[in-house]
Amino acid sequence: MARIKVDGVQVEAREGAPLLEVLRGMGIRVPTLCHNEAVSPYGACRLCLVEVASGPRTMLAASCLYPVAEGIEVSTTSERVRRARRMVVELLLARCGDVPRVRQVAEELGVTRSRFPQRHEACLLCGLCVRGCAQIAGVGAIDFTNRGVHMELSSAFGVPSEACVGCATCVYLCPADAVRLDAIRSRPSPHRMDRSGRVRCAVCVPQATP
Amino acid sequence: MDAERLDGIMRRHDYAPSGVIAMLQDLQREERYLPLEGLRLIAERVGIPASRVYSLATFYRSFSLKPRGRHLVSVCLGTACHVRGGGRIMDKVTRDLGTPQGEMTPDGRFTVEPVRCVGCCGLAPVVTVDETFYGGMTQQKVAGVLRRYE
Repeated sequence: MARIKVDGVQVEAREGAPLLEVLRGMGIRVPTLCHNEAVSPYGACRLCLVEVASGPRTMLAASCLYPVAEGIEVSTTSERVRRARRMVVELLLARCGDVPRVRQVAEELGVTRSRFPQRHEACLLCGLCVRGCAQIAGVGAIDFTNRGVHMELSSAFGVPSEACVGCATCVYLCPADAVRLDAIRSRPSPHRMDRSGRVRCAVCVPQATP
Repeated sequence: MDAERLDGIMRRHDYAPSGVIAMLQDLQREERYLPLEGLRLIAERVGIPASRVYSLATFYRSFSLKPRGRHLVSVCLGTACHVRGGGRIMDKVTRDLGTPQGEMTPDGRFTVEPVRCVGCCGLAPVVTVDETFYGGMTQQKVAGVLRRYE
């Protein structure tokens, strides 16, 4: 066990555990958009930034990827953290301001509008679908292509995938409802959205489909 | 593309997932670009998703999915070269070859690409053709340099 200080409170946590886990275990609200316990952390959304003091230096770190170490001091509410998160969410808002989840997180951080030009993107590139497809489904039908401002999600070679099994893990994980199974798959999917937006599988639960 | 040659490349890197970038580099060296069929074969033989290979191949600027000419002309447009007129050199090269940036000349001789710094800013503006560096470029020198390549 490692002894660490969080917002001035001394706590014990497992050495090497993701800091985010510890913070949430303490009941501290940490906003995230790219995090899901079912897949490995990725550090894409940068909303879980906290200030970590280790020795004489303090730095901003994504808590989802920061391993707990003896003696670190963490601040989740400092002015620096608040400013950094607000900037991050403002950029996310500029990229996909039409996405309800993004708007909601922004509002929680006190940001309602972005000073940057609106891009109206559906996808925030959190990579949850990519990780879900590889790690949960064990398929890897989608991945990022290109990089920087040109980065986007794509199946291999930009054509509908032969590998996709239509499990809809990506659809379930996407915080922006941006994944369209019919754009990924080369064959018709056994999954159908029902009216409530839930995904129903015609293979595993045939009785669920009318 | 020769499947046996590609298998040789993969064998050199033990068919290991960690060697995929090296495989892509070798394949690109031989073919001057990355044929989709090659990417498919690598994914299959190494046992990683094709989407992963495609992701790597599109991430790095040095990889090309489009056929490239026999010689790669890189015109540096990094800060130093930009300041010393790299843009004008680029204009001259594309005009002389009659092909836009990133495209191959119809005769398959050249592909022209912009590059952000080749690490010898003291020689700005710089043009590289394949592995050869030409520093202190001027529009007048462009034709002479291109003439050396067939």
